[in-house]
Amino acid sequence: MNLERRTFLKLATLSLLALAAKPAFDLLARPEIARALGLSPENRKRLAMVVDLKACTADTGCTDCIAACHKVHNVPDIGSRKEEIKWIREASYDQAFPEQENKFVKEAIRDRNVLLLCNHCDNPPCVRVCPTQATWRREDGIVMMDYHRCIGCRYCMAACPYGSRSFNWRDPRPYIKDIDLSYPERTRGVVEKCNFCDERLAEGKPPACVEACKSGALTFGEMMPGTDVYGLVSTNYTVRRKPELGTQPQVYYLV
Amino acid sequence: MIESIFKGGRKYWLLISGLLVLIVVGLIAYLRQWDQGLTITGLSRDVSWGLYIANFTFFVGVAASAVMLIIPYYLHNEKEFRKIIILGEFLAVSAVIVSITFVVVDLGQPARVFNMLLYPSPSSILFWDLIVLTVYLLLNIIIGWVTLDAEYKEIEPPKWIKPLIIISIPWAISIHTVTAFIYAGLGARPFWLTALLAPRFLASAFASGPALLILLALLMKKWGGFDPGNQSINKVAKIVAYATIATVFFLLLEIFTVFYSQVPDAMSHFQYLLFGLDCYYSLVPWMWTSIILACSSIVLLVIPRTHTNQNILAIACAVVFVSIWIDKGLGLIVPGFIPTPTGEIFEYMPTLLESLIVLGVWAMGGLIITLLYKVVLSVRREMAD
Repeated sequence: MNLERRTFLKLATLSLLALAAKPAFDLLARPEIARALGLSPENRKRLAMVVDLKACTADTGCTDCIAACHKVHNVPDIGSRKEEIKWIREASYDQAFPEQENKFVKEAIRDRNVLLLCNHCDNPPCVRVCPTQATWRREDGIVMMDYHRCIGCRYCMAACPYGSRSFNWRDPRPYIKDIDLSYPERTRGVVEKCNFCDERLAEGKPPACVEACKSGALTFGEMMPGTDVYGLVSTNYTVRRKPELGTQPQVYYLV
Repeated sequence: MIESIFKGGRKYWLLISGLLVLIVVGLIAYLRQWDQGLTITGLSRDVSWGLYIANFTFFVGVAASAVMLIIPYYLHNEKEFRKIIILGEFLAVSAVIVSITFVVVDLGQPARVFNMLLYPSPSSILFWDLIVLTVYLLLNIIIGWVTLDAEYKEIEPPKWIKPLIIISIPWAISIHTVTAFIYAGLGARPFWLTALLAPRFLASAFASGPALLILLALLMKKWGGFDPGNQSINKVAKIVAYATIATVFFLLLEIFTVFYSQVPDAMSHFQYLLFGLDCYYSLVPWMWTSIILACSSIVLLVIPRTHTNQNILAIACAVVFVSIWIDKGLGLIVPGFIPTPTGEIFEYMPTLLESLIVLGVWAMGGLIITLLYKVVLSVRREMAD
């Protein structure tokens, strides 16, 4: 009984604290104050990717980046549309940018395959809705997944506007061709998605997809003056997927 | 009081054993899901919530509807509600347990469910929903049991119960509002991204819950010699009538906004639901059945000659219940995922195992409600003697 009351009081206090914390957060969110405290995103390392659709050779049947990613991350090949698991996938231009619909756009552009992956949003709705903080946003902007904490409620899948998340409807292990022991396999019942290769970044290597791409369509790095990604995004017209939703996606497309 | 659940006639034991059979079947089906994962359901990468989450939403509504008896009795002093108010509270107990069970059944890793308490996440609406549902469950167990106990001992209920009853009123509204917020706060899903979702949920809850209550009360009158009082039944029928009208009205509001504005993002989901999209229309017949049922029940419920006849009233209530179950069960969750954010269509069809699990959870709710109502009946019978 005592313990129950304690737990209840703890939860109640936490809830009250959460309410009280809101004004404080709002204050910190004001740009001038955030900058003074060094909390402003501009002062922080921020990882981003640029996909150059003109350079990408997905149309010729190239799937090097997808194969490399799915190999190093033990992504199973279930072989059914219903349960497929995809970290990177291809989609048509209209599917990738439905709000850019325009029937007169050149066929060369409209028929182009577009690579889709997790956008590692600055304001990720999946992180907001997760009831266990099994998915969270790192300081450098990578939206991470804890496969061991995830309860498999799939709220994040409903919240993601990009369809970037997959669920292990069944045990994935029998569907992995050769298991790479340097990265964990998943159990059934948890959500997974692209992690910008945080495990490779930690070793100083580029993401697997970037390394595998022979056409130079993928550029990855910190979004700050002087880097390649910054140069591409600041001097070219780029588009992002569904920017109107306020998620601040960090994958930019050169059309 | 509780010992009365072990004493009953043939019909009582038949009902109990029937429900137990369904529960066992559901449990066997669930063990299969436990073993193989959610692959045994019709859910997919594109439609990642389905029958389980729809039933969760529906039964949160049934639970919230108990407030439609509490308000007239405790705030407006409508004395005739005295006999049936306990039915509402116990229905809420059973419905909350059913809805929480549906969430757990839907989890990919049910053994980790307590991670929600270990890592409380105030930014997640699901976290708040768990809190409001648990508190609402406790409130109704305490209120129902204490007032019935007082009735049994022929004393006034203790004074401290009154504040709890008053708190339970806004709390009932809160459980369904928070449940609506789970969906209404998602920018990714234009079908749910409407401030009207919570009012729509409440309206349909206040139609389906009291309709179920009337059905249960009439069944108990027929088989258990329970007297709900004609006046109270008539008043609850009025609530069902107006709430059903509000439900249909809110649906029409949504339909106007999406089809007149013609914003494709929002419109495509309603197109899929009502007319079918790109040759996919598995939900269309269901949804029109629901609309036709709702409209015909409104006719039966507003004409005095039909709604005062308890046989016709029972039919009207059954029609309301089925209509809203289709509307909320099939028409609310699934179209949110169709078409997908990339504009693709992948349809959802529940599997047999999935349906058996749903049936098992329903039977569990039925068993809880049967046992609780049995206690009420025996208390009332003893008082009459």
